[in-house]
Amino acid sequence: MTPLPQSRRLASGGLIDRSRTLSFQFDGKPMTGHPGDTLASALIANGTILAGRSFKYHRPRGILTAGSEEPNALVELRSGARREPNTKATTVELFDGLVARSQNRWPSLGFDVMSVNSLLSPIFVAGFYYKTFMWPAAFWEKLYEPLIRRAAGLGRASREPDPDSYEKAFAFCDVLVIGGGPTGLMAALSAARAGAHVILCDEDFSFGGRLLSEQFVIDGQSGADWKAAAVFELEQNPAVTLMRRTTVFGGYDQSTYGALERVGDHLPVPLPHMPRQRLWKIVAKRAVLAAGAVERQIVFGGNDRPGVMMASALRSYVNRFAAAPAQRLGLFTNNDDGWKTVADCIRAGIKVEAVIDPRPAIPEAFRQLAIQAGARLFEGGLVQDAHGTARGLQSIDVMTSTGRTESVAVDGLAVSGGWNPAVALTCHLGARPVWRDDISAFVAGDTPPGLVVAGAATGAFDLRSCLADGVRLGAEAAQAAGFTAVAPTVPAASEETLGLMPLWKVTGARTKAFVDFQNDVTAKDIVIAEREGFRSVEHLKRYTTLGMATDQGKTANVNGLAIMAALTGRSIPETGTTTFRPPYTPVAIGAFAGHHRGKHFRPTRLTPSHAWAAEQGAQFVEAGQWLRAQWFPKPGETDWLTSVNREVIAVRGAVGVCDVSTLGKIDIQGADAGTLLDRVYINGFSALPVGKVRYGAMLREDGIVMDDGTTARLAQDRYVMSTTTANAAKVMQHLEFCHQVLWPELDVQMVSVTEQWAQFSIAGPRARDTIQKLIDPMADVSNMALPYMGVTTITVCGGIPGRLFRISFSGELAYELAVPARYGDGVIRAIMSAGAEYGIVAYGTEALGVMRIEKGHPAGNELNGTATARDLGLGKLMSQKKDFIGRVMAERSGLTNPDRPSLAGFVPVNRADRLRAGAHFLGLGAHPSASNDQGYMTSVAFSPSLSHWVGLGLIKNGPNRHGERVRAYDPVRRGDIEVEICSPVFIDPEGGRLRV
Amino acid sequence: MQYSAFSLLKNALTGHRYWKPAWREAQPRDRYDVVIVGGGGHGLATAYYLAKNHGITNVAVVEKGYIGSGNVGRNTTIVRSNYLLPGNVPFYEWSMKLWEGLERDINYNAMVSQRGVLNLCHSDAQRDAFARRGNAMRLHGVDSELLEKEQVRKIAPYLNFDDARFPIQGGLLQPRGGTVRHDAVAWGYARAGDRRGVDIIQNCEVTGFRIDNGKILGVETSRGFIGASKVGMAVAGNASRVAGMAGMRLPIESHVLQAFVSEGIKPLIDTVITFGAGHFYISQSDKGGLVFGGDIDGYNSYAQRGNLPTVEDVCEGGMALMPMIGRVRMLRQWGGIMDMSMDGSPIIDRTPVDGLYLNAGWCYGGFKATPASGWCFAHLIARDEPHAVAAAYRLDRFATGHVIDEKGQGAQPNLH
Repeated sequence: MTPLPQSRRLASGGLIDRSRTLSFQFDGKPMTGHPGDTLASALIANGTILAGRSFKYHRPRGILTAGSEEPNALVELRSGARREPNTKATTVELFDGLVARSQNRWPSLGFDVMSVNSLLSPIFVAGFYYKTFMWPAAFWEKLYEPLIRRAAGLGRASREPDPDSYEKAFAFCDVLVIGGGPTGLMAALSAARAGAHVILCDEDFSFGGRLLSEQFVIDGQSGADWKAAAVFELEQNPAVTLMRRTTVFGGYDQSTYGALERVGDHLPVPLPHMPRQRLWKIVAKRAVLAAGAVERQIVFGGNDRPGVMMASALRSYVNRFAAAPAQRLGLFTNNDDGWKTVADCIRAGIKVEAVIDPRPAIPEAFRQLAIQAGARLFEGGLVQDAHGTARGLQSIDVMTSTGRTESVAVDGLAVSGGWNPAVALTCHLGARPVWRDDISAFVAGDTPPGLVVAGAATGAFDLRSCLADGVRLGAEAAQAAGFTAVAPTVPAASEETLGLMPLWKVTGARTKAFVDFQNDVTAKDIVIAEREGFRSVEHLKRYTTLGMATDQGKTANVNGLAIMAALTGRSIPETGTTTFRPPYTPVAIGAFAGHHRGKHFRPTRLTPSHAWAAEQGAQFVEAGQWLRAQWFPKPGETDWLTSVNREVIAVRGAVGVCDVSTLGKIDIQGADAGTLLDRVYINGFSALPVGKVRYGAMLREDGIVMDDGTTARLAQDRYVMSTTTANAAKVMQHLEFCHQVLWPELDVQMVSVTEQWAQFSIAGPRARDTIQKLIDPMADVSNMALPYMGVTTITVCGGIPGRLFRISFSGELAYELAVPARYGDGVIRAIMSAGAEYGIVAYGTEALGVMRIEKGHPAGNELNGTATARDLGLGKLMSQKKDFIGRVMAERSGLTNPDRPSLAGFVPVNRADRLRAGAHFLGLGAHPSASNDQGYMTSVAFSPSLSHWVGLGLIKNGPNRHGERVRAYDPVRRGDIEVEICSPVFIDPEGGRLRV
Repeated sequence: MQYSAFSLLKNALTGHRYWKPAWREAQPRDRYDVVIVGGGGHGLATAYYLAKNHGITNVAVVEKGYIGSGNVGRNTTIVRSNYLLPGNVPFYEWSMKLWEGLERDINYNAMVSQRGVLNLCHSDAQRDAFARRGNAMRLHGVDSELLEKEQVRKIAPYLNFDDARFPIQGGLLQPRGGTVRHDAVAWGYARAGDRRGVDIIQNCEVTGFRIDNGKILGVETSRGFIGASKVGMAVAGNASRVAGMAGMRLPIESHVLQAFVSEGIKPLIDTVITFGAGHFYISQSDKGGLVFGGDIDGYNSYAQRGNLPTVEDVCEGGMALMPMIGRVRMLRQWGGIMDMSMDGSPIIDRTPVDGLYLNAGWCYGGFKATPASGWCFAHLIARDEPHAVAAAYRLDRFATGHVIDEKGQGAQPNLH
């Protein structure tokens, strides 16, 4: 299909580049536009009236606005994985190859079966769903809800992963100017001339704001020319950052502003290495909010018909985009500003059929303008109803000042109900806007620290005031940020008047009159809400969904409030205030996430032996942020259990090595290091001799075990603590808290050295033989020189400094060898060669886990934040001679009850049965119920040494029940077996192997 | 007026002119048998059950703003009873049962949608913990299913199964869990209570308690003194402040929790899903918005707003879990003030002041508890003894060590 000519493009004018033509598609129909167009302006230029369907009634809707406040013209932009639902056509910068599709209609936008909802509208009023669909109960999920869900929603999200990337960035400035219209440009110039570092953001792809859309004259130049000069000056200033396509969407604490930069959205797809969008966190010493104002509707019958448009939007399309939304226009305005439309239409050759101004008397100049336009003037008149179809507007019913109703044939109606200052950002920290009667609008109340409001956002709508505001507030902001400002002179611009007569709702409408277009909230819905007592603004909003749509009620909220005020006989400020929550305009979830997705969701920490382990074909597992080798499959091994059994048998029979570098390591130094350890551990450390290692457990303040591990004394004033992998950071934080907050007087310093050391556990009967081959001559590691729980400083492999700890998690003769992390890769290879003749194996976390369960060492599954030291069999470690954190709270009756589940071992009565962690213990023959619940299995493993499964668990009074049988009840996995309670130490209970 | 399809139709034919206010705009009287402080979900439910279960209808609910202005309208609408500990499971299961019959009981459609709550696990240890929890639920007669990865994929094929940093291993599903239209809960209870004679007094802020000789006499309010034989506090995030007026210092910190909703989109996510390798939970409202949340901001606050670091953290979780939502836009963020207790579990108990009762410490699990909280608080106030399913929620449990710490985080409220 060849695109049709742009039938509604004006022959001249506009800020579009007619030298280039862009092709795009809407609902499969090929069309063309020009650079400088938005999707909405291009649609209008192509004569498209119908742009979308409403949420509830599926009413046909046209383009209402020319900005981010658009409630109607929402499209699905792009296709496939890049499909973006609910995209406002008014904010989409046209690009070549753009594909857009209308949404929330079936089978087509022109003929939407769901518009039958409109016929049911007498039932589908505000809150109808709260009153029905209650019987029968099961029908809700099966029938009613699926129907409602399918009918609701708007566009369709892609079901594929978002293929684009997003970035996050920080920026800091002296003065942030939000909004690049006349006020913002002037404020930026003023601040920049004072030397301040300025960031100027605007959501549009072009600076200028209303300067682009109105026929303004500033200092004798056209508004667009003045803007170009201003932008040129700012661009030349290296201290100024200009950010187009950037919406400051939220104000947060500590003068932080969230902003979204649409980096690649104006391209078919982002260029290579270009993010689609960038999330900025801008920290500004001062901020000037110059976000302008949003024109509001008047509520009358059929005010949502395609062809009805905000007057300012119509001027944007005509002046900026050279597109004619109508050929025979009506204008309905209650203020002077709306009258600009008439002059612009005359210039553009658009026939103005009628001007309806409800004010009883209007300035003579306007009367002349109406005559010049050849328009019928209805002073004191009202538009009661607009009539039309999905194809466009046909006529309007005008109630004249004398009470007659006249029909005027039009194909478009421009409406201006006044302006609402865009004060959303002033409310994000909790302030409420305040009402100003003279402009019938809300303006900023309290503003966040450092933020001032300028220009139209303050309710000063005329250009001269805006420019003056910009000059003054830009300079003041620079001054407040420490610069000496010389306020520039205010450019000359014509003064304007607003002359607004508040008009919210026209009475006597015969057709539906909409307040919130997108959510289909009518004036009648507000009446119902009032009748049912939903009179608070928040109740009104929540009950009717007013202002809850994607436009956040930018064109609707004040009208809704005013109608409620009229119904309750209160003033608008008495009725309530509207408020705003971030974001100002919706922000893609992907932008908030940035690159933190997929594998980059969180950092990946690799152990020093990772590359070597990968070469060995290790299977890796996530252990917090770490990747650890889980097991090392050998050729021919088809399941994990075979590999793990082999590794365990090799360790217990010969020797194995495991990278344990992930365990937290904290270097603690100072004269009071021992005192600190005495206070955080339940057992004593100050008396630990130099060269010795001790197992310790620490409690939280509430008496529950926080962590355990070994701590070695390297010197009189130096210890190195090891923590569990999972709690490394938490323990560090705890120690810092203890030192900095509880006992700052202690002479102690500490630092986390987890990543500085590669640490390998070398375990098994041949561990010493292996170590012997690694260490440099002169070191004595005999049982006598380095007995169990000893530590020594050595060098290995020809001078690499290291520490050798004689400690064991596996229950075998074992050492942990620590070397600086950079030697880790070399040392693991050296260990493997040294141990080759003894049959050394590498073992992973699974074998490590099997062996610790066989030895009955509590680990993560037992240290679950609810177990006491006594529960875990560590009660005897709790020193009676000193105070320690958690000592007092651990003695609370609830924590000393002997019936508490405490640690025991478990074996299946039928040795062939598999044990499962998470099974609960019930007495034999007891009914499965909560009252018979005695505890639960925490950890299980297949013990190759015993050839059956063994488990650890917490069971009531566990230590005193060895030999008793109970049920391990596991209904979620259909498990129910008999197990015997036993000692948690399955292997070498006397510990002889450790000490050889 | 009874709500039904019939009454709706009848009113439609008469232009909806005859609907009555859902609740009367009551003016405070001099004295009530019971005054409930706080017109949120819990307070309104308490008043309703006082009237319905205990025949105590001379009740006022006093609310400083508009009813439902606190956490009942600021949550992610999830209901579930997939708890672990014996002190919690029976209570939340009772709540679940009340949700299941709520709409017909209060004649208000709160859109209780039992679409299932799926918790994902990403490690063996997490799976074991889920098995323990699922089994505990079964022992209490609660539905739970432990799912393998492939079963999860069937329910939610769009989750990141391909390049996840923390691959999904399986999940724990509670099929009866789901969502409820949050505002409707407040309005429904208000209307149902009002129909039984309860006075709902909005814009009436409690400024103090009148206590004589250790006995409550009533509440001082911005609209004058209101006498009461018994007073119940159900003020969530303001619990510490309000109880402070009665001279109490609670084991509670107030924190801000944010929640988020996206633009409305056609049905995309059919169940409630929680991420196990980050803090992120999501469901889709009947209107089409994705409703999601994550961690509290982490600092103490009474301001009903949050900051960007948490927003980013939540969205990172979302994108890690379901990369299809990258182009869906977040429409609104808001904050609620959470009464974070020292063990993550609530308090429903008497206080040292005779006739003054406390309902607090809901952390960010208060919404799902609304019906049972009201039921049990009403029971406590009416009979002066705890209801069986809430017996563990004692104020003195921190002193005795009978804490109910589901997450095992200890007395650090910002971790619960």
